[in-house]
Amino acid sequence: MIEVENLTKRYGRQTAVDGISFRVHKGEILGFLGPNGAGKTTTMRILTCYLPPTDGTARVAGYDVFEQPLEVKRRVGYMPETPPLYPDMDVGAFLDFCAKIKGVPAKGRKAKIADAMEKTRVTDVRRTLIGRLSKGYRQRVGLAQAILHNPDVLILDEPTAGLDPKQIIETRELIKGLGGEHTVVLSTHILPEVSMTCGRVVIINKGRVVAEDTPENLTHRLQGAATVRLEVKGAEEGLETFLSGVAGVKSVRQLRAGVYEVDAEPGRDVRADLARAVIARGLDLVGLQQAGMSLEEIFLHLTTTDLTDGPPAATPPPPATAEGVPQ
Amino acid sequence: MTTLRNVGALVEKEWRHYFGSPIAYVALFIWTVLFGGFYVLVMNRFVAYSLRAGMSEMGGGPKLSLNDWVISGVLHNMAVVALFITPMLTMRLFAEEKRQGTMELLETAPLTSWQIIAGKFFGAVALYLLMIVSGLVNFALLWHYATTPPEWKPLATGVLALLLVGSCFISLGLFVSTLTRNQIVAGTLTFGLLLGIWILGWMDDPSAGPVAKAFAYLGLLTHLEDLMKGVIDLKDLVFYLSFIVFGLFLAHQSVESQRWRA
Repeated sequence: MIEVENLTKRYGRQTAVDGISFRVHKGEILGFLGPNGAGKTTTMRILTCYLPPTDGTARVAGYDVFEQPLEVKRRVGYMPETPPLYPDMDVGAFLDFCAKIKGVPAKGRKAKIADAMEKTRVTDVRRTLIGRLSKGYRQRVGLAQAILHNPDVLILDEPTAGLDPKQIIETRELIKGLGGEHTVVLSTHILPEVSMTCGRVVIINKGRVVAEDTPENLTHRLQGAATVRLEVKGAEEGLETFLSGVAGVKSVRQLRAGVYEVDAEPGRDVRADLARAVIARGLDLVGLQQAGMSLEEIFLHLTTTDLTDGPPAATPPPPATAEGVPQ
Repeated sequence: MTTLRNVGALVEKEWRHYFGSPIAYVALFIWTVLFGGFYVLVMNRFVAYSLRAGMSEMGGGPKLSLNDWVISGVLHNMAVVALFITPMLTMRLFAEEKRQGTMELLETAPLTSWQIIAGKFFGAVALYLLMIVSGLVNFALLWHYATTPPEWKPLATGVLALLLVGSCFISLGLFVSTLTRNQIVAGTLTFGLLLGIWILGWMDDPSAGPVAKAFAYLGLLTHLEDLMKGVIDLKDLVFYLSFIVFGLFLAHQSVESQRWRA
């Protein structure tokens, strides 16, 4: 549904997005995870045709964002980080305007607006001026605006920012419900959020993709479960099973001939044991390094607290990590 | 078809902003009060002059024309009033969208830049047209009370002239509004430019050299004369329409280029 190839965006001399590539399949919910200033918003803005890419291509629903922007825009619902709302309009009039410019036909427009309001729970404020709404309601009106025309692809930039714990849970449920029928890309800097809603996660930092995996594997890698990359000369058949037998090793994958990736059990450093085992078997150990360390560094920058986990009062401010790169 | 629907939706939205805020009411109020004020002043002078003319010539002289004196006089003054009021209508058109981040909504909706610009332009022109029409109520009295009612044709072309000149102001104001996110800056800059263009027209005197004449040609108000007299000259229409299109073109280029520089 979404194909991004080598996408690059430069602002003057600053590179916000640096040659990223990923794919999102139909019906999938993809989490876009990264610290502030990692390039999440820029990537999303390119996917929604708001910004032209400097280099590379992005295709949404089979249409190139640069060549056929109107076709892409018709199929995409987008909720920016700050919901774009007119404070002097009431919710009903605003959504009516959005429906019109998104090409929802007059017949059935009312029903679609009512449906979107119902899903995002804003029906009770439909006669209220947007300027008088709380942050949580504004956020949900922004979401209603995005799902209004029943788009194939939904792009949501931090959809739960500024919501209270109950609303966060509701919004996550809503997003989960949207998967399957819609393809969803959502960005966040809260780690537990992706594990709750997304089927797959792309982690970006400083404009590059640093990891792409399922949330389970990622959390796993984060719980101190170090991954070790092992390079062996004269590798033989069955080495994989042999390595699995080393104390503390959880699983072994062969990347290519002679190169293995070994997952250790949480909290164990298996490097010394591995080295001994390989040499004891009479093979040459030519490389041994800890993989996935960079990931951890990135996660240090991520806010791993989740409002819905604990008492809402104790909310530590997100660490100040925004450096330089404009979003 | 979709173009029409999109532009229509945008015009409707602009009207919601105009009437959801004091802008439309203030503009309509000032406009109608000044229209009425000028009408009364010009009318008084007209009555005084025609009485004097009637006494000295024993009614034999050519009658003073209501069209030339009253209608054209008031419309001329209102063109200058438009120069003061239209920046108020145009200053927020793009500046406000940029400030509150709603450009992102418009530019990620299946709309072309031309549709967005057309929607905003016609939204402002429609409000301006409403202002003109509400002022015209004054002239209805002429038809009701005057012994020889004025001709309607010069009135129609005069109104057309007022509409065209105001649309030029709006087109320029729209462009200026794309340049900034600050409404006050947009309004002040538009007003300054319009004032400059108005003053250009003053260079038009018979003794002026070719350069001065060329500048004077750009003075928007100098092209009003013929239309106010009821003469439709193609070159005036072309002048006004090209000015409008040029303003909208600049606005389009500005909106497009900002996407690249963002």
